[in-house]
Amino acid sequence: MRFLFKTDYEDDIKLFPHSGYVVSYGILLALLLIAPYVLSSYLMSQLVFVCIYATVGVGLLILTGFTGQASLGHAAFLAIGAYTAAYLQKYNVPFPVYFLAAGALTGLIGAMVGFPALRLTGIYLVIATISFALIVEEILARWESVTNGNEGMRVKTLSLLGVTVPRDSPTFYFLCLAVLVLTIVGTLNLLRSPTGRAFVAIRDSETAARSMGVNVALYKVKSFAISAAITGFAGVLFAHKLSFISPEMFTLQLSIEFIIVILIGGTFSLHGAVLGAIFIVMIDPFLTYLKDDLPGIIAGIAATFGAGAATAGNIQSKVAAFASLNGLKGAIYGIIIVLFVLFEPLGLYGRWLKIKLFFQLFPLYKRATFKRQKIYVKSERNR
Amino acid sequence: MSYFRAENLSLHFGGLKAVDAVSFAVEKGEILSIIGPNGAGKSSIFNLISRIYRPTTGRIFFEDQDITEQPPYDIARLGIARTFQNIELFENATVLSNLLVGRHRHSTTQLWQELLFLPSVRANEKVHRRRVEQVIEFLDLEPYRDKLISGLPYGVRKVIELARALCSEPKLILLDEPSSGLNVEETGDMSFWIRDMKSELGVTVLMVEHDMSLVNRVSDRVIALNYGRVLAMGSPAEVQQHPDVVAAYLGA
Repeated sequence: MRFLFKTDYEDDIKLFPHSGYVVSYGILLALLLIAPYVLSSYLMSQLVFVCIYATVGVGLLILTGFTGQASLGHAAFLAIGAYTAAYLQKYNVPFPVYFLAAGALTGLIGAMVGFPALRLTGIYLVIATISFALIVEEILARWESVTNGNEGMRVKTLSLLGVTVPRDSPTFYFLCLAVLVLTIVGTLNLLRSPTGRAFVAIRDSETAARSMGVNVALYKVKSFAISAAITGFAGVLFAHKLSFISPEMFTLQLSIEFIIVILIGGTFSLHGAVLGAIFIVMIDPFLTYLKDDLPGIIAGIAATFGAGAATAGNIQSKVAAFASLNGLKGAIYGIIIVLFVLFEPLGLYGRWLKIKLFFQLFPLYKRATFKRQKIYVKSERNR
Repeated sequence: MSYFRAENLSLHFGGLKAVDAVSFAVEKGEILSIIGPNGAGKSSIFNLISRIYRPTTGRIFFEDQDITEQPPYDIARLGIARTFQNIELFENATVLSNLLVGRHRHSTTQLWQELLFLPSVRANEKVHRRRVEQVIEFLDLEPYRDKLISGLPYGVRKVIELARALCSEPKLILLDEPSSGLNVEETGDMSFWIRDMKSELGVTVLMVEHDMSLVNRVSDRVIALNYGRVLAMGSPAEVQQHPDVVAAYLGA
């Protein structure tokens, strides 16, 4: 195990606590940079989605993970970013301008959502954000002069400084990766400065934060605005990746997917957003695989155990019917959330930390290390 | 004029008069203790000062400035810090970041500067850190810097809360039962720190306390409350012998 000997305050400020981090993140970056020349186009497309979902995940982590304000309305912020891009594109606005405009507009709307949210906590805040998402969805469907209603909008190929960037080109992937990396670095900077600490303070005790001079209302609105703006940036990339957007893409289910991203990844660290994004993007092909192959496999197993051809065929069609049921995806998501909250509340990144610690301390690892500690009574009445 | 003054302060919840027309003054550099039986309104007075509650009537002055209408977060900016009876720390953060939140009222950097972590932000962080280290040294918290609050014992948390309040470099500090839940030895340490805060850091202390040995050791003056009203005010010995105070504690 490595012991850090700190000799300077700088040691606690640095992004990479020691050289090991530089090496491992350097290798990761190198792998990501050569990925488009090695991986198949299908995997590359999935990787782009991982970048976009992870960006949204980082945005949601700022709000939910670090400021403690739950939101089920992030699909709406994504939609606002995407539609701003598509709309401004019609007037030949160049990419850098509408990219920034989408982020700014989404941030502004995020701040506006933040104001009514000041008086709400917990489940009531979740309901308020769901309502906001439903309102946005409805507006997108009805405001036909701008959004083209339910027919949706076509998004033209991205053009960056006169060069066209097709949505499945390596350049587009690099763009998404750059946005993700910049978002992560910006967020890390925020978290090691007074604003980030104020967010964490609000999450853990509003009363104490207030009595330490934190303007709780202002920082909650800031958190909403930053989180929404990041999601807006991701929305622009999302629109370009899909090349067509319509209101039914930005439903409650998408918001739930974003919550899953951070819940499964781990809500206490930015690593969680990336791990969760990989999980959610990769579960889709996995589900498709199950849908296509599972009936045949089960029928095959039944046949080996001596079922007749007719029975096996019957089983196969029954399983196939079940696998293509409407809403099965939502149900599977629900089960995943329940299982993670019950058995791995720290998420995938928490699991990784446990594994790492196990090998660092081998053979002295104690299972109780990550047990939740006793929490002393807080002054709930002072809220 | 007094350094800190509460005039005719009242807090009514419907018909219940938690604090009833209380007036008192704190002189610069003194340690004033508020004692009284349970429900006497001691913590309510603290919550009125730090604006968690809005007073029904009365005014509060600090350094000749009326702070009754100030928003809660401005109270800290004026130089009044507090601790809580039931510890209110940021559980899922390290001791260091808890203490750095105490520096919040001194932070001057803007959001966009922080996003880029400009050299000015870095320089500010180091200044904050240096002040925090002074408090860590003052309260002997060196072993706990990088520990999470959720893993620390109660006694240490109590000291960390005091440290967080000191990190804001307060002029007036409100201590809500600093010795509750501490053993005899820890209470002894606490009494030394409270006296050192006064003599070395020049902080004025207003404290609510039940432990009379601690009150006697550190206080310059004592106020006794019961049912939201002031029973007696004066030196620790005087107040303890006051017939109304004896009646309030022991029954007439």
